[in-house]
Amino acid sequence: MLSPESLKKIDQEIAKYPADQKQSASMSALRIAQQEKGWLANETIEFVAKYLGMPPVAVYEVASFYNMYDLAPVGARKITVCTNLPCALSGGVHAAEYIKKKLGIDFNETTADGKFTLKEGECMGACGDAPVLLVNNHQMCSWMTEEKIDQLLADLQK
Amino acid sequence: MLEIEIDGKQLQVSDGSTVMEAAATVGAYVPHFCYHKKLSIAANCRMCLVQVEKAPKPLPACATPVTNGMKVWTHSEQAVKAQKGVMEFLLINHPLDCPVCDQGGECQLQDLSVGYGGAQSRYEEEKRVVGNKNLGPLVSTDMTRCINCTRCVRFTTEIAGLMELGQAFRGEHAEIMPFVEKTVDSELSGNIIDLCPVGALTSKPFRFAARAWEMSRRKSISPHDSLGSNLIVQVKHDVVKRVLPLENEAVNECWLSDKDRFSYEGLNGEDRLKRPMVKQGGAWIETDWQTAMDYVVRGLKGIRADHGPESIGALGSPHSTLEELFLLQSVVRGLGSGNVDFRLRQSDFSADGRMKGAPWLGMSVSEIAGLDRLLIVGSFFRKDHPLVAQRVRQAVKKGLKVSAINPAFDDWQFALQNQLCVSPSEMSAALAKVLKALVEQGSAALSPEFQALVDSVQVDEQALAIARSLGSGRRVAVWMGNYAVQHQDGVALHALASEIARLSGGRFGVLGEAANSVGGYLAGAVPFGAVSGKNASEMLSTPLKAYVLLGIEPEFDLRDAVAARKAFGAAEMVVMLSAFKFEEALGYADVMLPVSPFTETGGAFVNCEGRTQSFHPVVKNTGDSRPAWKVLRVLGEALGLGNFDYESVDAVRAQILGASGSVDPFRLSNDIDIEPLNPAGVSQGLQRVADIPIHFADPLVRRSAPLQATKDSEAPFARISPATLKTLGLNAGDKVVVRSVSGSATVVVSEDEGVAAGCVRLAAAHSSTWALGSLNGEVSVERI
Amino acid sequence: MSSQGIILADLDGDRTWRLADYVKRGGYEALKKIIAEKIPADEIIGEVKKSGLRGRGGAGFPTGLKWSFMPRAFPGAKYLACNSDEGEPGTFKDRDILRYNPHTVIEGMIIAGYAMGCERGYNYIHGEIFEVYDRFEEALAEAREAGLLGRNILGSDFSFDLFAHHGYGAYICGEETALLESIEGKKGQPRFKPPFPASFGLYGKPTTINNTETFASIPYIIREGGDAFLALGKPNNGGTKLFSVSGHVNKPGNYEIPLGTPFSVLLEMAGGIRGGRKLKAVIPGGSSAPVLPGAVMMDCTMDYDSISKAGSMLGSGAVIVMDESTCMVKALERLSYFYFEESCGQCTPCREGTGWLYRVVHRIENGLGRPDDLDLLNSVTANIMGRTICALGDAASMPVQSFVKHFGDEFAFHIEHKKCLVPPQVQYEGSKIYVA
Ligand SMILES: Cc1cc2nc3c(=O)[nH]c(=O)nc-3n(C[C@H](O)[C@H](O)[C@H](O)COP(=O)(O)O)c2cc1C
Ligand code: SF4
Ligand code: FES
Repeated sequence: MLSPESLKKIDQEIAKYPADQKQSASMSALRIAQQEKGWLANETIEFVAKYLGMPPVAVYEVASFYNMYDLAPVGARKITVCTNLPCALSGGVHAAEYIKKKLGIDFNETTADGKFTLKEGECMGACGDAPVLLVNNHQMCSWMTEEKIDQLLADLQK
Repeated sequence: MLEIEIDGKQLQVSDGSTVMEAAATVGAYVPHFCYHKKLSIAANCRMCLVQVEKAPKPLPACATPVTNGMKVWTHSEQAVKAQKGVMEFLLINHPLDCPVCDQGGECQLQDLSVGYGGAQSRYEEEKRVVGNKNLGPLVSTDMTRCINCTRCVRFTTEIAGLMELGQAFRGEHAEIMPFVEKTVDSELSGNIIDLCPVGALTSKPFRFAARAWEMSRRKSISPHDSLGSNLIVQVKHDVVKRVLPLENEAVNECWLSDKDRFSYEGLNGEDRLKRPMVKQGGAWIETDWQTAMDYVVRGLKGIRADHGPESIGALGSPHSTLEELFLLQSVVRGLGSGNVDFRLRQSDFSADGRMKGAPWLGMSVSEIAGLDRLLIVGSFFRKDHPLVAQRVRQAVKKGLKVSAINPAFDDWQFALQNQLCVSPSEMSAALAKVLKALVEQGSAALSPEFQALVDSVQVDEQALAIARSLGSGRRVAVWMGNYAVQHQDGVALHALASEIARLSGGRFGVLGEAANSVGGYLAGAVPFGAVSGKNASEMLSTPLKAYVLLGIEPEFDLRDAVAARKAFGAAEMVVMLSAFKFEEALGYADVMLPVSPFTETGGAFVNCEGRTQSFHPVVKNTGDSRPAWKVLRVLGEALGLGNFDYESVDAVRAQILGASGSVDPFRLSNDIDIEPLNPAGVSQGLQRVADIPIHFADPLVRRSAPLQATKDSEAPFARISPATLKTLGLNAGDKVVVRSVSGSATVVVSEDEGVAAGCVRLAAAHSSTWALGSLNGEVSVERI
Repeated sequence: MSSQGIILADLDGDRTWRLADYVKRGGYEALKKIIAEKIPADEIIGEVKKSGLRGRGGAGFPTGLKWSFMPRAFPGAKYLACNSDEGEPGTFKDRDILRYNPHTVIEGMIIAGYAMGCERGYNYIHGEIFEVYDRFEEALAEAREAGLLGRNILGSDFSFDLFAHHGYGAYICGEETALLESIEGKKGQPRFKPPFPASFGLYGKPTTINNTETFASIPYIIREGGDAFLALGKPNNGGTKLFSVSGHVNKPGNYEIPLGTPFSVLLEMAGGIRGGRKLKAVIPGGSSAPVLPGAVMMDCTMDYDSISKAGSMLGSGAVIVMDESTCMVKALERLSYFYFEESCGQCTPCREGTGWLYRVVHRIENGLGRPDDLDLLNSVTANIMGRTICALGDAASMPVQSFVKHFGDEFAFHIEHKKCLVPPQVQYEGSKIYVA
């Protein structure tokens, strides 16, 4: 179900917690599984549950509680733009609107070629860098002016 | 002890009490939804906010610990304002569909909104709609009504032992759900219906059948497992519409198993036997009672005259009442025969005549909470005793360590400290090893009868671990499960288990298969005592001329259906007293007498702890059916046997139990005069392990359509361990023929790590497997 | 990033975060001193008490006092947790601390572990700053390698290990008990208190939770003494503090300044208001803190007491600056949406109330307001506040109450005229917020 590399990473996470608290690694395991699979299908969640000895619904609770897990397929690049107040005051909403126009999609939509999905994010703890956005959850891009967005999208197209 | 004042009343409560618990003791009602005395505290509904002196804001009574000198007001202005505020929030997204809601009339939200709700909603935005979930055949959902109290989630996790429901998503999007496309399969699932304070989870079978206020509530006792759960049977126009738990902390607490709750659905099916029927010239005709009884009386008298009284025998269901079983054996003994038994699935009767009393749990059910070590021998524990298992589960959380010795394991949803899985023929050796380890640990001296057996075995790691566990306990028990009692070496297992209990300073008990597994002994429905005779097994192996069968469906309720059919087919007369018309039996029976199921008769069951629980009819008789105790009394009189002039069922009970109506403790005993035990041979072939699945166990539950649609009622698989599958060259999913000495069955193979090597677990009491005959013995498996 | 203090001082951006750089800055001296001199735990806690350090996570609870609640003698596991789940809109200081000076947090936690007898700690890192999580893992590896973490630290009989746990997008996990649930691998739903984490925390064991900046302040306190730290700030408001300034300023960023510095000075450090416009309003302590009119703010000093006197909270030190181009209804709408989205959903008032608040504000913003809406907002917030398990209910209510209180006219205008008091073009110039 998951690659040996992913399982190894999950095992490393499990090792961080007391021996009888394997389930503490559920968030990491879901993250690692999502990185491999692109999103969290029910089978993936069930696999993680079994791997950690948890009831599947408990893992589903986790997967559906935290925003950065995707319970439905997303494009190859998921772009999440912060539009919370501090960002909005410095052009965050504008950045999102600009991306929408460029990609021709709205929030929670994926481009027809399956390359991009756009999401609206909540505060990323980087308000000083507004506008900020995340690419595939882990790459943060700061001070996203129109020019920088053009550049980013061009890079990501490659 | 802590001093507290609630609404001006002074009281003392023990340390660690919550304000909610304290309020309950002075009768101050604090409104609440999420709080439930048997569940962990969630404090999420916020309905129970009360005013506490010096607290800057109202506090939730359910979660606030009492401190010394605390002053609480449950209905002050501040408290009521907070409660009303919460009620407004609860209602903004709740549909106002009480007139069509099944919970109408018994809805906590509806009740409380009368006191705490505003006249008109200030919420004018769009209401939330939540999709319904498929939880299976028993529980119906209307999730838009859910108030997210999470009682159901906590129930599955904490009481049923497996989190089958969760609260997914968050905030306003939070939804209670099972894992996608899964149902709630616990044998206790129906309790979430009672727990749901609104109409989000309701009974699927009961849906729209009646409104709460149209039904009368009558007390009864569950006729299924040996616990004897207390019931409230709800009745409308003389039809049972629904069954709910009657709270009894000493027995079922506030719970019911699904079997207790939903078996009533089997009461009014097409195959209810409504008129007496006799077979004439090979054809069945319906007739009146007089004719049918004359037929029976003439038949029995004739057979006694021609073949002697020993040619007559009776088998009674252990789900029959105490009085029914007593009168059944009275009729048989009145006729001069000792052939009577109610231990229908037992195979080893070698202790008959050597027993000191009726086998029982050896302790009260409520004492389970205090155990610290427990050994369970031969039991499909969780499914055979759902609510006893639930008690053990709670005790495990408090430190009880459980070991078990079984030929097949399921997940019992609590941690087992030791799990010893051996084939049926190795069970007595396994127990002997534990015994030996105990002896070596230096506990009390071994009784000499065990010496030979103990000498023949060698202690292994697992036996040692179990012995250590038992030896380190202070409140120890050893229990025999149904499987052990039914085992071919049942008496040896009994003796060994009891010796293990003795050497570990613990108590020994027998869990008991059915509602009257203890009562049948007290009623004398056994072939020893006053007049002895043939036991249930002998009555089939050496056929009789006449059989009286009470409440039995022979293919499913007897140890060996093949032998039974042969015996009944060859008999001159088979009289069946039954609530249902059994298609299969029409071939070999001669008379069918319609008798009442538990809802239409009165009587008593004696549960596993020796508690007598009597009950009255809750509805009128269906058709011409009559309570079996009346039928047997009339039969006794018509046969001209003395002492059958009981005026009431109570009088019958008094005859059995004496004026007190309860069981004299001296009549309960698990002691037997032991004879020296010898090593048993180990079977080399493939052995069958037959469980009796929870919803196949008796004629009533087998007729409940919703229960038959549950996961627990799936057609039996041939369950084999991975290693044995390999040796047999089989794969999961293969279709196979299983053959025994008596016959064969065609089933599908499944892989089951819980089954002992060299065994096939294949359930009995099912149409697909009865043709195999005996519940145990060697079988062969062949792919087709 | 600019520092007149101790945590972000002498850093060179991304280049000086490694162990060797930290040691050059005097790093791990405090720990070495404790180990070498076998300083008793009580003394360390005493020093922290003396320093006047108050929790930097928002509530401002005295850290030394919190540490003294830990049952040091409790047999068995005790835990430490660092709260780096910085998700409060406007707050972005912990990210910079972890990016540029991770070892100061590690050292602070080791000292805390020593003082409270904990054997293990976890740093819970906000999901969206995953690069910081990776870096922190690297820093931990360095420390472990150097014998600063793990068994028998620096040859002593003291053992402590520390691990990183990442969040994955849930503001509520910043609440300390939700954070513990999350480390336990569950969804982050706060626990009812009591019992408090000091008696029933992670895995049911005694646990202390502090903010990243709180731990980052510890090495200095031990190295230089509690009095020295206290003297950096003012009485009852010891030390320097990081302020994350965002919004309509020319130089948004983190500024580490002594507590008690006038707001006007901080504003100047941040480059003043953009485009020479006038200050309209400031949220001085993260989005949950009540908003204050600009004029009120200009009279405040940046410390717990002054801001509290003015009717708000210093909170996490996130200063959101809004100039005259801001539509206050739109600003509140965005904040209300945030709390509505981030409620964990267990408490009735929060689950149901935050959505109600948002919908009413949204309606007003969209020209569908009703005359009694402001009373409704005040009444609904009153029904949420103080009635929930955690403080998110209050956090969602305080902005609504304060916006309506200080900028009621603007809301009334909206309701009456179905449009903004601030012309759309002005809004666009200020924030580039499109107006549909
Ligand atoms: C809704 C909510 C969100 C919070 N978010 C954070 C946070 O992101 N970071 C933080 O340090 N504390 C946060 N807190 C405060 C923590 O619960 C806790 O008080 C703090 O971590 C304690 O550390 P301190 O004493 O060092 O401040 C939050 C509290 C609430 C109620
Ligand atoms: S106040 Fe809100 S966020 Fe906090 S516990 Fe309750 S529902 Fe969850
Ligand atoms: S009953 Fe106390 S909060 Fe629900």
